[in-house]
Amino acid sequence: MRERCLCSVKYNEPIAKDIFKLVIETSVNLQQIPGQFINIKIDNFYLRRPFSICDCLEKSIIIVYKVVGRGTKRLSETTRAQQLDIICGLGNGFDMDALSDKSEVVLIGGGMGAAPLYFLAKSLKESGVSFETVLGFTDSKQAFFLDEFSRFSAIHVSSLDGKIGTKGLVTDSLRDISYNYYFSCGPLPMLKSVHRFKAAPGQLLLEERMGCGFGACMSCSFKTINKSKRICVDGPVIYSSEVDFSE
Amino acid sequence: MSRLSVMLSGLRLENPIIPASGTFGFGYEFSSWYDINILGSIALKSTTKTERFGNLSPRIAECRNGMLNAIGLQNPGVDAVILQELPKLNKVFSKKIIASVAGFSPEEYVYVAEKFDAVDQVGILEINLSCPNVKENGVTFASCTKTVFSVCQEIKKKTSKPVYIKLSPNVSDIVEMAICAKNGGADGLTLCNTLLGTVIDTKTGRPVVSTKVAGFSGPAIKPVALKNVYQVSKEINIPIIASGGICDADDVIEFLSAGATATEVGSQNLVNPFVCKEIIEELPRKMEEYGIKDLKDIIGRSHYVQ
Repeated sequence: MRERCLCSVKYNEPIAKDIFKLVIETSVNLQQIPGQFINIKIDNFYLRRPFSICDCLEKSIIIVYKVVGRGTKRLSETTRAQQLDIICGLGNGFDMDALSDKSEVVLIGGGMGAAPLYFLAKSLKESGVSFETVLGFTDSKQAFFLDEFSRFSAIHVSSLDGKIGTKGLVTDSLRDISYNYYFSCGPLPMLKSVHRFKAAPGQLLLEERMGCGFGACMSCSFKTINKSKRICVDGPVIYSSEVDFSE
Repeated sequence: MSRLSVMLSGLRLENPIIPASGTFGFGYEFSSWYDINILGSIALKSTTKTERFGNLSPRIAECRNGMLNAIGLQNPGVDAVILQELPKLNKVFSKKIIASVAGFSPEEYVYVAEKFDAVDQVGILEINLSCPNVKENGVTFASCTKTVFSVCQEIKKKTSKPVYIKLSPNVSDIVEMAICAKNGGADGLTLCNTLLGTVIDTKTGRPVVSTKVAGFSGPAIKPVALKNVYQVSKEINIPIIASGGICDADDVIEFLSAGATATEVGSQNLVNPFVCKEIIEELPRKMEEYGIKDLKDIIGRSHYVQ
């Protein structure tokens, strides 16, 4: 459900190096779809900031974010009970109906890209879909939710520094896994190599700087094979068959 | 509510609130937020002769109390706008709209303007002159007195609807440009487009937006926009649609006092999708507070009140 609301902060604490978990309390049950995002107005910053939904419980939304600039630094200083102006229910979300009983599913997350996949993993598990999860991190100190993910499926972790899991990239983990459908979110170079790695059908959650988050400004346009799409409303999830990574 | 109504060259607006071009998509995107029929009008996304993808990303950056954008006139082309976008908008918005005409040559402006002129839904042609003229080494149309005059004159020859010239604030003398537009036959003016600015990433030292220099808008530019309206309306007596940092009803009252007849709300739509609705609801309360009986009474009052 797309809605603008004032919500209070229930929890906002670091869970890894520069990585914070933010729990916001909503007055009603705002049913969200995995892959959707929220936009937060941060005090003293003009534009809203988009964040993937990491989990949605009854009357609360959880996001996991990395402090990368002044806006997220300020957000990390938000304390319990403070009010946040958010717009939730943005974007299309993952299409779970695209799966069939023959689907051998893998979730592939890189860095912060793991955040929206957590909500997806939980929902797939609840729908009785079995899958495996591949997570990769550049800096092992920034890995998060590994135990949480392993509650839903087998997980394969890799890190570039080799301090957790196998040393290498997510595509190194993919060599050992049999799959014919994937869901992926992570940095663009990672999405490109996942897309190139195997010509399987799948869905990719894209990220881009956004002005509005609801289709008005065209800041987040992305070229697909047959037309340009706005990541905020026509995405952020697009099918692998639409992807044009040629440029 | 005729106390809020204003007239733009024969077009009566129920209120002076118009979402600005480029900040409201093709309008219908906002109809899921609220009933957009309450708006005075809607200025469409700038439209060119053929489809344009626009600039590379990043296309947007932020600064204190404002933002920079370099979308690059992304639009599906005038035929697609008329055949696909306008019918969708018509289902949720029954009033006349403002078509924003863009181009890279005088001929392209005339072409697009003529196309929109033939559409019943269009009430006003707003000519966005902040595009580079490819025939004049990319100098923007809005920064050359001769082209402001001649493009305006050419469009007026071929069209019948009111023509409003949207000027750029990035000129040394805005009044001079406004006079050129008026002499070219403009029925009104939109003041102004974005200022030019840049934002540099402090970690990398590189400009954030892909075009390096981009259009600066938001509350931070309001005093500049207000000054432009004030100076131009003092010298010229054609209607002005004001634009630049409008966020609330007080801003609207300020711009009308400076000489504007209507106002376009831009960047704030991106931050608060309800801002136009909130302003329309707030205006009567503010009028009450300031003892304003009719908005029309305050247009240009800053020039004569003691």
